[in-house]
Amino acid sequence: MEEEIKLTCLHDKHLELGAQMSPFAGYDMPIQYKGIIEEHNAVRQDVGVFDVSHMGEVRVKGTDAEKFVNHIFVNDVTGAPDGQIFYGMMCYENGGTVDDLLVYKVNDNEFFLVINASNIDKDVAWIIQNAEGFDVEIADESLYYGEVAVQGPKAEEVLMKLLGLPLNEIKFYNFKTFHIDDEDVIISRTGYTGEDGFEVYGSHDFTRRIWDKLMQADVQPCGLGCRDTLRFEVGLPLYGDELTADITPLEASLSMFVKLDKPEFVGKDALAAQKAEGVKRRIVGLELDGNAIPRHGYPVEVDGEQVGEITTGYRSISTGKSVAMAMINKPYDKLGTKVEVRVRKKTFPATVVKKRFYDKSYKK
Amino acid sequence: MAIVKDDRKYAESHEWAKVDGDVATIGISDFAQHALGDVVYVDLPEVGDEVEAGEDFGAVESVKAASDLISPVSGEIVEVNEALEDAPEMVNADPYNNWIIKVKMSDPGELDSLMDAAAYDQLTKED
Repeated sequence: MEEEIKLTCLHDKHLELGAQMSPFAGYDMPIQYKGIIEEHNAVRQDVGVFDVSHMGEVRVKGTDAEKFVNHIFVNDVTGAPDGQIFYGMMCYENGGTVDDLLVYKVNDNEFFLVINASNIDKDVAWIIQNAEGFDVEIADESLYYGEVAVQGPKAEEVLMKLLGLPLNEIKFYNFKTFHIDDEDVIISRTGYTGEDGFEVYGSHDFTRRIWDKLMQADVQPCGLGCRDTLRFEVGLPLYGDELTADITPLEASLSMFVKLDKPEFVGKDALAAQKAEGVKRRIVGLELDGNAIPRHGYPVEVDGEQVGEITTGYRSISTGKSVAMAMINKPYDKLGTKVEVRVRKKTFPATVVKKRFYDKSYKK
Repeated sequence: MAIVKDDRKYAESHEWAKVDGDVATIGISDFAQHALGDVVYVDLPEVGDEVEAGEDFGAVESVKAASDLISPVSGEIVEVNEALEDAPEMVNADPYNNWIIKVKMSDPGELDSLMDAAAYDQLTKED
């Protein structure tokens, strides 16, 4: 049975703007308005806004909230100040990845989890299943919240002016809750583009009002097309490409977010064992010689034998180079290793490089 | 609205073929370039390659994805538009003048199975 497609609270506004729409994670989402390249450059050089209302939000409350979040999350939230945000993953017992997410610490007894749209049902079931024995209440608030991401070097200036709020006081990976129009609105200095910017969570009505204000201020609406090219250029993973139930965070080259010195968390034993043995494959960057564009699923070969595959690839809009992230078997993951990428009927030489094709410019 | 030119024939896979004697010039339609979005790479075949009607001979790639180019006719490639190597965005700007390959047809009868402009225009409106 085909499920009915869902609409975000801004859906009619995307149609009015003439966006090219496509199903993503069960939602009819804007892929582009003017064009991916123009929208990508707006975020790199100026400011753009994304409708990310499809993302999921889960609130964890209770006296065991911190202990429980540490149980299901590979990063360590112990003793963090209120208002801090952590990036990390939830893992299965075997170390495979349930999802990657942001954890917002509201206070010792309350955390706010932001999860991928495509994983909401699976994640909520997983979180509830693992909550047995913890004094926590879990609420899936995904249907309440709308969310916009305002991203780019001018994001702070534009959003401060529109909202009249001291957003300059919010540090990178921190958030504040503001009382606006009789509701609590969460604003965090986070994003998925490698640029400075904010993510704003509020009711559907609030989200529609702020979207209208952003449009009136001539902020470029940006679709999921450039959301992917932007995150890719700065080496950020996408669940489904660089992270899956079969890929551990260590294999995804995200070990800096995995705190194996924590007393316990789901998946710790498997990840500790994998670290001790050494991963057999991992995500690296590749740069191709020539113009061919590597795409998800294309084989990576050495001497005609497959040693890996592309997870995401593009002609980088910011640098013009044909680059990719790829899951490569050891020992071909070493920087400078020469490999070949199969693109349709031909192979093209490529070199293993760092998976950051463009430097982030966060305001810390 | 996508432009359809009535001086050529069209395939269901959105390529056009314009015939001059026994040579067919092949490109993609305005509808196709619009659906693809910003074209960033055209994977061209070599002059002298044989193509078969219905088989892919290359690809046109937007930022997001690669889309196979399907030949509407069989024959030998006698020319490729090398200008597209350095300026693939010309396919977006003018898809009917910025052709991709020229094929010396081995079976001009294959042209009969292609659509005329009116039929193709109808097809794109149904999509």
